[in-house]
Amino acid sequence: MFNHWSYLALQQYWWFLIAVLAAAFVFMTFVQGGQTLLYMLGKNEAERDLLVNSLGRKWELGFTSLVMFGGALFAAFPLFYSVSFGGAYYVWMAILFCFIIQAVAYEYRKKPNNIFGTRTYETFLFINGSLGIILIGTALGTLFTGGHFIVDDMHLSHWTLPSYGLEAVLVPFNVAFGFMLFFLARIQAALYFIDNIDDEAVAARARKVLKYETWIFLILFAYILYSILTMNGYGYDPATGIVHREPLKYWHNLLAMPAVGVSIALGALLVLWGIGLDLFAKGRRGIWFSGIGTALVVIGLFALIGYNDTVFYPSLSDPQSSLTIQNASGSRYTLMSMAYVSLMVPFVLGYIAYVWRAMDRKSLSLQEVENDPHHY
Amino acid sequence: MIHPDPTLVDWSRAQFALTALYHWIFVPLTLGLTFIVAIMETIYVKTGDEWWKKTTRFWMGLLAINFAIGLATGIIMEFEFGTNWSNYSWIVGDIFGAPLAIEGLMAFFMESTFFAVMFFGWDRVSKRFHLLSTWLVAIGSNLSALWILVANGWMQHPVGMKFNPDTARNEMVDFWALVFNPNAYSKFLHTISSGYVLASLFVIAVSSWYLLKKRDTLFALRSIIVAASFGLLVSLFNLTTGDDSARHIAQDQPMKLAAMEGLYDGKSGVPIVAFGVLNPSKRYDNNEKEFLFKIEIPDGLSLLGFHSFNAYVPGITQLIRGDKEHAIPSAREKMAKGRAAVTALKAYKEAKKRGDKEAMASALRAFRTNEAFLGYGYIQKEQELIPPVQTTFYAFHTMVSLGIWFILLFLLVLYAAMTNTLRKRRWLLWAGLLSLPLGYLAQEAGWITAEVGRQPWAIQDMLPVGMATSNLATSPVMLTFWLFATLFTALLIAEVAIMTKQIKIGPEGASHV
Ligand code: HDD
Ligand code: HEM
Ligand code: HEM
Repeated sequence: MFNHWSYLALQQYWWFLIAVLAAAFVFMTFVQGGQTLLYMLGKNEAERDLLVNSLGRKWELGFTSLVMFGGALFAAFPLFYSVSFGGAYYVWMAILFCFIIQAVAYEYRKKPNNIFGTRTYETFLFINGSLGIILIGTALGTLFTGGHFIVDDMHLSHWTLPSYGLEAVLVPFNVAFGFMLFFLARIQAALYFIDNIDDEAVAARARKVLKYETWIFLILFAYILYSILTMNGYGYDPATGIVHREPLKYWHNLLAMPAVGVSIALGALLVLWGIGLDLFAKGRRGIWFSGIGTALVVIGLFALIGYNDTVFYPSLSDPQSSLTIQNASGSRYTLMSMAYVSLMVPFVLGYIAYVWRAMDRKSLSLQEVENDPHHY
Repeated sequence: MIHPDPTLVDWSRAQFALTALYHWIFVPLTLGLTFIVAIMETIYVKTGDEWWKKTTRFWMGLLAINFAIGLATGIIMEFEFGTNWSNYSWIVGDIFGAPLAIEGLMAFFMESTFFAVMFFGWDRVSKRFHLLSTWLVAIGSNLSALWILVANGWMQHPVGMKFNPDTARNEMVDFWALVFNPNAYSKFLHTISSGYVLASLFVIAVSSWYLLKKRDTLFALRSIIVAASFGLLVSLFNLTTGDDSARHIAQDQPMKLAAMEGLYDGKSGVPIVAFGVLNPSKRYDNNEKEFLFKIEIPDGLSLLGFHSFNAYVPGITQLIRGDKEHAIPSAREKMAKGRAAVTALKAYKEAKKRGDKEAMASALRAFRTNEAFLGYGYIQKEQELIPPVQTTFYAFHTMVSLGIWFILLFLLVLYAAMTNTLRKRRWLLWAGLLSLPLGYLAQEAGWITAEVGRQPWAIQDMLPVGMATSNLATSPVMLTFWLFATLFTALLIAEVAIMTKQIKIGPEGASHV
């Protein structure tokens, strides 16, 4: 099967898988969003316990998606792994710190003798949900706005600014991208709680979050979309690999790949539909619509920067060093072997879906949390 | 070509070693305890005895505390290849990235999905599905060990790749050679069995403490019998797999073997040092004696490394100076060939830029003849090829002596528990309790042997650590080193405090685990 595919087809296939993993991760950031809502939705200790325990059954999946996103990039686009992580060092390290503290926070928050006290672990959750997500958004923003790196003849790379990636936070687009993800995560979290938790008071407060923060999200989303479609991008000549600047590159890509436009538009509509369902029709299943919608938008955005001879990580120091799915990928043999491995993906998604359904057949109630000897 | 600052290399190594050693505090217990818990839950499901359910949940609670911090330290390890070893990530990412990605897909998702069922599914899924989930967590964590050791085994003994001069990296040509690298399997088996040993020591230590305090007696005695029988079995297996690892080292990494044994002058029928104090002023180029004091087992090393009494084992001096009689090339010869390969690669690149086909072909021929020594082209002085002998030697001997002590301990504890004399032998209970830190010591010593012993190579004979780092300034790495050191230490303290508190609360009070 895959052994008959061309090198380019395999590169495109792997870029698609990376997009799917990114979509899974962004979907799972409802966990992070929920972490920032603990005090807004939970007015007392018991309610906060309920929220934490509801998220606590899902946080590892989000964490693992992030790990997997890294692993797949390493295997399929090692030059990106090398250039971006090794160059924008401070940004990635800051992101990692935000995730280390998440990993212990759930388990240790309420344990007797936990040294730092419940509030510290809740602060960890808040930092992870806010700073962590905003920084990830900023880093994703640089896929459009570029980074300050040079790749030499031997494909070894270095960053040209001593701020090692921190300069990205001075670019309004990147920061807006970060905040857009942050508000999306909070909206998704509100939808998730409405579905997952059996508590009227919490649901009412969650609907309030939807009512106000949807506007902020929409403004940011419109700004990002407008910027992308009007900004200058970079393209390359597939025969020589030479990179050139191209005004309105992403707009051209959209015209050349109508399916991408459909995916983004449909995704955005589904997100709104999900919100509307829970807010106006007092439904509970909005999270599924907005979740699928989010995934479609993320996949669309990745397609926009990866396909149609586009540079997916422009270099601001030396345009010819820019990364494309063709010059940053693994060898044909590796992409092919790993494509066979990727046939496991549907199986993995299948058992995750099965377990998720089995575990969430009934909503979580305060009583169940209190009766469970192993609650967070 | 970029020549990194030596202090950058040292800080990058220090940071990697720090995070790896921290990660490794938590991993082995997870590897073993998941299995012990799965065995206990199986007994519960088979017998329907609620007592076993309570016991299972107690150990599971401790597992969760350990697991969380295992995740926290693990995510760093993966991304550090990009952040701190970015040249490495490019030069071998085409091969090395694959097992890491497979690990994520096959193992981490399995662990994290079924982990939630294991902890929160008691009343939400059927008994059988719960048991299955517990087993899948155990299998998942051990599968992750498999893939990460395929990756690490490849660094110790690279196979299945070819250098591509156009991309200036190694590319995979044989996936199965990578997956079935024999070196990886001896490491895998040795590592997971060492995890089982540690988990057995953990259960014995906690139970011994209860018995010393004269509380939860039935719980402690029953747990000890499970742990000591499991421990005895796996520690014997651990011994044989360790021996197997040593045989691979003898073949693939002779310098590491020499350092592990403090062997400078090779010969046939080399004894093994059971206990020794190295002479700190011994060097490969002087005539001082190797040891200040030692107790040896005749022919032991020849037997261990090559399974033959009088096999020849080269020492550090021969490996540097060369030995015609045994066809060992000298370090200088290898370095010269390495330089020739580096020069040819440069010539190839320049010819390619000019578009000079003929010059490209001849440079490529020159490169291919010396390619095997490419890594040696980046070595400046021959003594760089010698790993820190003292560290490697003492780490290795600490691990092996402790391994033998653990076998003895499991035997004694099991015998006493079966003959119902354990509670009287307080010294044995103390030994059981105090052996837990020794278990951790042996674990860390094992990795120190494996990793320090292969210096200066990030990838054996192919890529020296100096070439593998990111091209960063030193200060960012220093900064993150100290941040990691502070954060991980703080989290470790919290972990130990929570863990000991839960143990004090005990299985009876487990309602708040
Ligand atoms: C022999 C086993 C073994 C070894 C040598 C390592 N690990 Fe590990 N790792 C595990 C065994 C393990 C584990 C037992 O499977 C953990 C511990 C806790 C857990 O959930 O999984 C884990 C967790 C863990 C995680 C978090 C997983 C998640 O999201 O679920 C990552 C990213 C890594 N590890 C990565 C690494 C890297 C890059 C290593 C090498 C440099 C490494 N580990 C060495
Ligand atoms: C797949 C698994 C692993 C890989 C790929 C790996 C790779 C590396 C790399 C790239 C370095 C830096 C280069 C060097 O200094 O050698 C290193 C160093 C080191 N690693 Fe590992 N490592 C792995 C697992 C571990 C684990 C789990 C430990 C356990 C604690 C460990 C212990 C060390 C130590 C102590 C060093 C420092 C050696 C030194 O710099 O002197 N390694 N390893
Ligand atoms: C009883 C005799 C033992 C022998 C002969 C032995 C032998 C070895 C050898 C030769 C290595 C180096 C492998 C390499 O560099 O590739 C090693 C590594 C290691 N050992 Fe042992 N060992 C023994 C006991 C133990 C014990 C008791 C533990 C822990 C409880 C342990 C844990 C480890 C670990 C974690 C490693 C690093 C992983 C690896 O390289 O396989 N070993 N051992």
